[in-house]
Amino acid sequence: MSGKRRDFLKNIVRGGALAGIAGICAALGMRKNKYQCNGKCSDCKPDSSAECPMGGDGYVWQIDPEKCTQCGRCATHCVLAISAVKCVHSYSMCGYCDLCGGYQRSDAKGRTTGAENQLCPTAAISRKFVEDPYYQYTIDEDLCVGCGLCVKGCEMFGNGSLYLQVKHDLCVNCNECAIAAACPSDAFRRVPASDPYLLKGGGA
Amino acid sequence: MSFKFQVSSFKFPSFRIFASLRSMILLLWIGFSVSAQAEFRFPMPEFASGYEHPPVVVPAPSTAMIGWDVVVLLITLTLAAFLVLKRRKRREIFLLTLFSLIYFGFVRNGCICSVGSVQNVAAGLFDSSIGVPVTVLIFFAAPLIFALLFGRVFCAAVCPLGAIQEMVAIKPVKVPPAVEKVLSMVPVIYLGLAMVSVATGSGFLICRYDPFVGFFRMGASFPMLLVGGLLLLLGVFVARPYCRFLCPYGVLLNWASKLSRRHATITPSDCIQCNLCADSCPYNAILEPTAEKAPESRGTGARRLGKLMLLVPVLIVIGVVVGGLLKDPLSRMHPTVALAERIAGEELGRYSTTTIESETFRASDTPNEMLYEQAAGIKGDFAVAGRWFGAFIGLVIGFKLIAVSILRKRTGYEPDKGTCLSCGRCFKYCPVKEKT
Repeated sequence: MSGKRRDFLKNIVRGGALAGIAGICAALGMRKNKYQCNGKCSDCKPDSSAECPMGGDGYVWQIDPEKCTQCGRCATHCVLAISAVKCVHSYSMCGYCDLCGGYQRSDAKGRTTGAENQLCPTAAISRKFVEDPYYQYTIDEDLCVGCGLCVKGCEMFGNGSLYLQVKHDLCVNCNECAIAAACPSDAFRRVPASDPYLLKGGGA
Repeated sequence: MSFKFQVSSFKFPSFRIFASLRSMILLLWIGFSVSAQAEFRFPMPEFASGYEHPPVVVPAPSTAMIGWDVVVLLITLTLAAFLVLKRRKRREIFLLTLFSLIYFGFVRNGCICSVGSVQNVAAGLFDSSIGVPVTVLIFFAAPLIFALLFGRVFCAAVCPLGAIQEMVAIKPVKVPPAVEKVLSMVPVIYLGLAMVSVATGSGFLICRYDPFVGFFRMGASFPMLLVGGLLLLLGVFVARPYCRFLCPYGVLLNWASKLSRRHATITPSDCIQCNLCADSCPYNAILEPTAEKAPESRGTGARRLGKLMLLVPVLIVIGVVVGGLLKDPLSRMHPTVALAERIAGEELGRYSTTTIESETFRASDTPNEMLYEQAAGIKGDFAVAGRWFGAFIGLVIGFKLIAVSILRKRTGYEPDKGTCLSCGRCFKYCPVKEKT
């Protein structure tokens, strides 16, 4: 008898648990997401009728280049052996300088492009002559480790056309990004997967 | 100022370069003088050669796999339930485990995972502005629903974290049941701490300290790989140490499985009490049959149960008090509080060096007072969260004591529905054949 009563109670509790799980999922699934931007980004105005783009679809991690301080942790804290963060070059913002703060070390001995004069520790930046006195700087992503040394140089001496971004063909989109947890300037945030980059210079 | 430093550091090896450098300096100065009006120090030149810059390549994230993951999850869960409840073949369950290890672990790099999804759901519950993607919700709910219906089949053959430990459990020894019972509180505490962390915005602890994800991704920080490696080494002798003594999602699955509608049984028919399966379980999840004669009278048991029920609110109150006291140590897991303490310490001259965090904060020109105020506010959140945490732990301890004190009559060997991982090791030890 007591066994039957226990089974009956169990059925009720189990039904309650199932209903609870279903209820939580329904409530959270219907909700529009404003993850981490809380209405601060231009797409999410809480008072406007516009829907936040971070709806039910996924989101991915990205670096806000305005907040990034080039601390160097992107290169060391990514779970991947070689970071998914790479330097991106906004060509439309570049001054095409001969003397490039992102390319050459400030203590460079002479104006040659020798390895000892290059800022990039992996020689991922190559330069190509365009016309006198302009040079085009290109990042070789296979070599770039996302250390941000060139970004720092470009910010200090140039236009800031070099900046760091999470490359989504490499990023494994961890639930908690290890770099985001270590970022000292809160530059990492989740962005909708449909619009996954925070590009400088209009993305050109 | 910045380019003076740059120019002075260059030597001039030849006249040609010197000339071009001079034009560069000129350009620098012009750039500087117009920077007040113009956006850039060095505006993009107008090229006479008709040069056009290459496009900026920004590859889109691949979302194709995500829908597929849900399909694979549901199929493997259904298959696991079928294998555990109907086929009852350890080898087949093991093969499914191996598949899950390869797919959810090495192919999908251990993310997305149900264990971590608890935090996303909690984040959504604590903060009404956070939505949770449907995929994550399914990864959270499906294993729990399956546990409510069929037991912990997710642990048996779907979870990649369980699977990697299952592979190394070569020589399992028995952990004394009393030690097992006490250590089973650790996952509850871990779950509570993870919830505190999510509620206060301090990050996802379960993901940060996931011991095996480093192996799935073939790379992680050294301490992470070391802890993962030690756990696997321990797992050779103590089967599935993470699942039993750490996994926070296992706590929920344990509760759900206790209510399960159907559950794996050791014997396909009636237990003949042959004792053959008694030592087959490496997880201490086989309950022995109870003695014929009740060890105590009904009245003694009822009185003890009454006392324990009165003890539960007392334990909760103790938990609330202790949880409130934990405010300061707990709040250090929030980066803002840690930064505020660091800055305060540096102001007092307690440290001789600065950290990247403190340097970044100083560079941002935010007044210290604002940071301290923020940190104080966050500490207030931790005081509330800490009390809830304490109450939760008190409640769980109370219920565990009650569960231990209740004697259920068993006429045969049965799996403990809460802790049984439905791995199927005991099946082959049972000599009883299925009823025909």
